[in-house]
Amino acid sequence: MSSSSRDASQGASAKLAHRIGSEVAAVHAADVDRNARFPVESIAALKEARLLSALVPVELGGMGMKMVELTAICTALGQYCAATAMVFAMHQIQVACIVRHGLGSEYFRGYCRELVERQLLIGSITSEVGIGGDTRSSLCAVEIDGDAFVLNKDATTISYGAHADDLLVTCRRDAGAARSDQVMVLARRGQFTLEQTSQWDTLGMRGTCSPGFKFRSAGAAVQILPGDYADSSSQTMVPYSHILWSGLWLGIASDAMSRAAAFVRAAARRDPGTVPPTALRLAELSNTLQSMRSNVHDVARDCEELQDTEEGNESLLTIGFALKMNNLKISCSTLMVQVVHEALLICGIMGYKNDSKFSLGRHLRDAHSAQLMVGNDRIYARSASMLLVYKDT
Amino acid sequence: MSTTDNIRDDIRQILKDHGRLSTDAAGLADEADLYQAGLTSHASVNVMLALEGKFDIEFPDRMLKRGVFGSISSIREAVEELTA
Repeated sequence: MSSSSRDASQGASAKLAHRIGSEVAAVHAADVDRNARFPVESIAALKEARLLSALVPVELGGMGMKMVELTAICTALGQYCAATAMVFAMHQIQVACIVRHGLGSEYFRGYCRELVERQLLIGSITSEVGIGGDTRSSLCAVEIDGDAFVLNKDATTISYGAHADDLLVTCRRDAGAARSDQVMVLARRGQFTLEQTSQWDTLGMRGTCSPGFKFRSAGAAVQILPGDYADSSSQTMVPYSHILWSGLWLGIASDAMSRAAAFVRAAARRDPGTVPPTALRLAELSNTLQSMRSNVHDVARDCEELQDTEEGNESLLTIGFALKMNNLKISCSTLMVQVVHEALLICGIMGYKNDSKFSLGRHLRDAHSAQLMVGNDRIYARSASMLLVYKDT
Repeated sequence: MSTTDNIRDDIRQILKDHGRLSTDAAGLADEADLYQAGLTSHASVNVMLALEGKFDIEFPDRMLKRGVFGSISSIREAVEELTA
């Protein structure tokens, strides 16, 4: 076990994330949520802390951060503003694809240096009209003419599309390629246009500002990320997504737990000697939260170790690892809703009110996004299929 | 006809029946990339199941990854290893 994994939640970067969370993200979280507006202040603070290039290797100017430490940052941010944490996590998933698969290319090495310098925010376009949310299928194809590309995509949703500097886009390798034969293309600001096709007025995660857009772009062929998306998806995009998301969901659940615990303590202080009845429910909640935390930490540590060696990276392509990722996502997205719901039962009307310090409305609304983003039913169906051949021996 | 040829033919037939490829498996080169030919991860599970049934084998978990099912020849190698 690496030393960073044991104490990542107490490390310097997590402390920095807590400071940004409490001093900036928390201050604007209610307004971001109410007005479904992008969390500009907290993203600016994360840029100022140079955290948008955290994953870039040290030799290219970044921090060379790995999964465990980054997950701890997502958990910290999730405790203050889930939209901020989700934007941060989604950006890092794109950076991870670039630093883990693109550094054989001089273009992408140069891009990483620029990312460090300018703290660019990268968005993702995977969803598509006619496909929906299945990231491993595309209808659109990149067209290459000499050393130039043209790529257009009708996306059902682009998270913070209007606020991203650059966009990493999945598409078919060429016009003759199968739907699942995909590559990723980095489109730079100035090379693309976005025409908004729908609104983002949602139950929760309102600050991620993720409506649909028609995306049109043209650029240089070197901006196509080397390798197959099939591999970068299994080895990087899926593990980073599910682990960082689970990390931030753990943050939402932890904050719900903190509010419930503060409520119970206040009740206990009013009548020392009597354990308030809500304390029993709090004990139950603490139990669920611990399972969730252990799961996130275990899988993040496993994944970091595997990503470190060639043999490990090979094993990220196995069905066994894919099942582990699926189980983490399903488990955390489900447990989080349970934790927030129980916290609400503990806080009662004080949790139900929007203007109380025990308020849990935003947590509950944000929490319900988790089972829908890459729908758990879709994930269960994939696991069911994989279990027909997986032996777990 | 050698055993290797038989195995190759059986693999082609299974790909034709379960691979949902965009091209005819009969005309695919041994080294052709099956994923570029349209094999999805979902279809590859059906191919694995059909291979296990046909050859009365069980692919160990270490073999359950993209690379092993990426071409007719890589599948043949795996089958031969398990039937040896």
